[in-house]
Amino acid sequence: MTLSILLVVSAALFCIGLLAALSRRHAIFILIGIEMMLAAANLNFIAFWRFAPQPAQPTGMMVAIFAIAIAAAEAAVGLAMVIAVYRHFRTTNVDRLDRLKG
Amino acid sequence: MNSWITSNVWLVPAVPLAASILILASGKSARRSAVAFAILGQVVALTMSIFAFVSTLHSHSFRVVENFTWFTFGEQNLRIGFVLDPLAAAMLIMITLVGLCIFIFSIGYMAEDKNFSQFFAYLSFFSGAMLGVVVANSLLLLFVFWELVGLASYLLIGFWIERPSAAAAAKKAFITTRIGDMGFFLGILWLYHQSGTLLFYDGGRGCLENAGLVALGASATFIALLIFCGAVGKSGQFPLHVWLPDAMEGPTPVSALIHAATMVAAGVFLVARVYPVFGVGAINGVTPSLTVVVWIGVITGLMGALIAVAQFDIKRILAYSTVSQLGLMMVSLGVGGVAAGIMHLLAHGFFKALLFLGAGSVIHGLHHEQDIRKMGGLRRLMPITFSTYAIGMMALSGVPFFFSGGWTKEEILHATSNWPRSHLPHYLMLIGVILTALYMTRQIIYVFFGNRHAASEHGRESSRVMTLPLIVLAVCAILFSVVLTPAWPWLESYLTGHSARFDPHLLIQPMIIVSLALVGAGVSLGIWIYRRAGETDPLQHAQPALFRFLENKMWFDEIYERTVVALSAILARLSDWMDRHVWDGLVQDIGRIGQFFGRVTTSADERVINAGVDESTSGAHGLGRLMSRWHSGQIQTYLGAVALGMLALVLLYAWLG
Repeated sequence: MTLSILLVVSAALFCIGLLAALSRRHAIFILIGIEMMLAAANLNFIAFWRFAPQPAQPTGMMVAIFAIAIAAAEAAVGLAMVIAVYRHFRTTNVDRLDRLKG
Repeated sequence: MNSWITSNVWLVPAVPLAASILILASGKSARRSAVAFAILGQVVALTMSIFAFVSTLHSHSFRVVENFTWFTFGEQNLRIGFVLDPLAAAMLIMITLVGLCIFIFSIGYMAEDKNFSQFFAYLSFFSGAMLGVVVANSLLLLFVFWELVGLASYLLIGFWIERPSAAAAAKKAFITTRIGDMGFFLGILWLYHQSGTLLFYDGGRGCLENAGLVALGASATFIALLIFCGAVGKSGQFPLHVWLPDAMEGPTPVSALIHAATMVAAGVFLVARVYPVFGVGAINGVTPSLTVVVWIGVITGLMGALIAVAQFDIKRILAYSTVSQLGLMMVSLGVGGVAAGIMHLLAHGFFKALLFLGAGSVIHGLHHEQDIRKMGGLRRLMPITFSTYAIGMMALSGVPFFFSGGWTKEEILHATSNWPRSHLPHYLMLIGVILTALYMTRQIIYVFFGNRHAASEHGRESSRVMTLPLIVLAVCAILFSVVLTPAWPWLESYLTGHSARFDPHLLIQPMIIVSLALVGAGVSLGIWIYRRAGETDPLQHAQPALFRFLENKMWFDEIYERTVVALSAILARLSDWMDRHVWDGLVQDIGRIGQFFGRVTTSADERVINAGVDESTSGAHGLGRLMSRWHSGQIQTYLGAVALGMLALVLLYAWLG
């Protein structure tokens, strides 16, 4: 297992997540895409930490655990917002949510 | 094969989980392969369980653990592992065997469902998660599988999601058990803080072995009680039992799986698994935490049995009977009869699955009619269902000698009578035995005897695929008693690590005479009360107020609605108000400061620099038009622009760099 393999996996995960966030029409799938991008970032943290000169200090892991905890909170807020949006607009299709239109 | 399986026991839960993923991957329309994968997974798991079981027979108190490091965090090694011991092996056999019967039954029961293959995927997942709970050698790993069981139960209770009541029941089950799991998780953290390991057995260093138990010290009572919170939630003990009867909203095979083999067994199993933590500092086998377990069990046992007498839904009667039986098991664990409690759990797994599948067969035959008042006279129409149901009923009531439930119940009553602290649980459990016989007699009379009612006119026996599992389970419910008798208490000695001796003189214990008398009293009381039962229950006639109290489940749902639910609604409304008035007001006030500056600059603008600029603004306006076209309001377009910008920056950096 080399660093480059991990980075390729992480990049692939990020691209899949980005693609989901950009192309999906359902708000929950967009959230899932965002979670995948976060997971890719976490993987990078772990990978760089693991192959760093001093892997004894658990810095990368600390960051990753914090990121996971924050991602959980973010998902909770995100899902609550999806429910709020659904109650307001009666849809979760993001194409129909264009109040920002200039 | 034997030694190979003992060190690879993780394969037992892995196979059904893999089957579940395969089924989900092969899509909704693949109905045949879904059944094939699910049954095959269960058969393989059963075979491996049998091999694992056989290998545990080689020596007394056999135990093999396989531990490995999950991850290292600084100086802390977080280790998890798998264990195979008599407790695990016995549970594995019961879960896979009962599971297999339920799977086969489901082929017939769910045949017309449009999400047929999904159902089998969830069933496999459920069974795999429960097997994981059983073989986990770490409290953390156990907790992971524990939560997977919770997820699977949520998916299956809410399987008919288009029914609002099913969706609500699924949510209720998930949230109620989560309240218990919160305590469980705190208990895990506390245990880790005290002992520094979450492994159960680790060559003398595990948290259930001497060194670990000494490290717990005085906090063991609190840790045990916190862990017990989890068991209360999962096993439907008072006061978190409210989800269990509502779980009847799921398809009947799911009820059978939840109430017999998997979900509710997990709580009892957990207490049995971490029993040494409960027993720290025991005097005469009594500790504060075990006393709590006993009383919670007593309350649950009696309450469930009382409510079951006044229910009219065929499945709800069985549900409250499960609540009551689980209470009985908890009492047994609490008074020190661990082996008796687990034996009753295993026996209960067989006959409760049998009863639920029998009820499923009745419901299926009557086109989804569940009200026992509308049934009646089914014993001629559905002979196989009737005879197997009767066996299940007698095993549940605890008829001695021929039925497994009789022997295990007698063991439990024996254990409670020896509890040094108080004899009250023993007497209350004796009342529970009478009530059990009473409500089961009532159900049998209503469903299978008497005159046929509207719903049962067109009833017919279910197909072979549904009756076969009933027969297998009925045979199990009877044959299982061979290893339970006091004359040859093989299972008890297997679980406690002794060797069993055959001694026919011990067959007749005083307790068995007592339970024979009690069951006889319950059944004859039932026959006498319900001999001419009609649309109204005779008890309803005699004691309308009491009956209403019991029929409405002692108003537990209503009490929770008025207290816990109302409280959280008030909290939610308070947060909403804070959000709208305090935080929003704050934001608007800051906005007002901006507005004020805006007004100042506008007036300066209009009076000082207005002229001459007008010319250039029309140009800016046109540009603005152009730019506004980019602002489609689609958040994804914006996100795409951000991604493109990022890409451009990265390329620029690579090119320069």
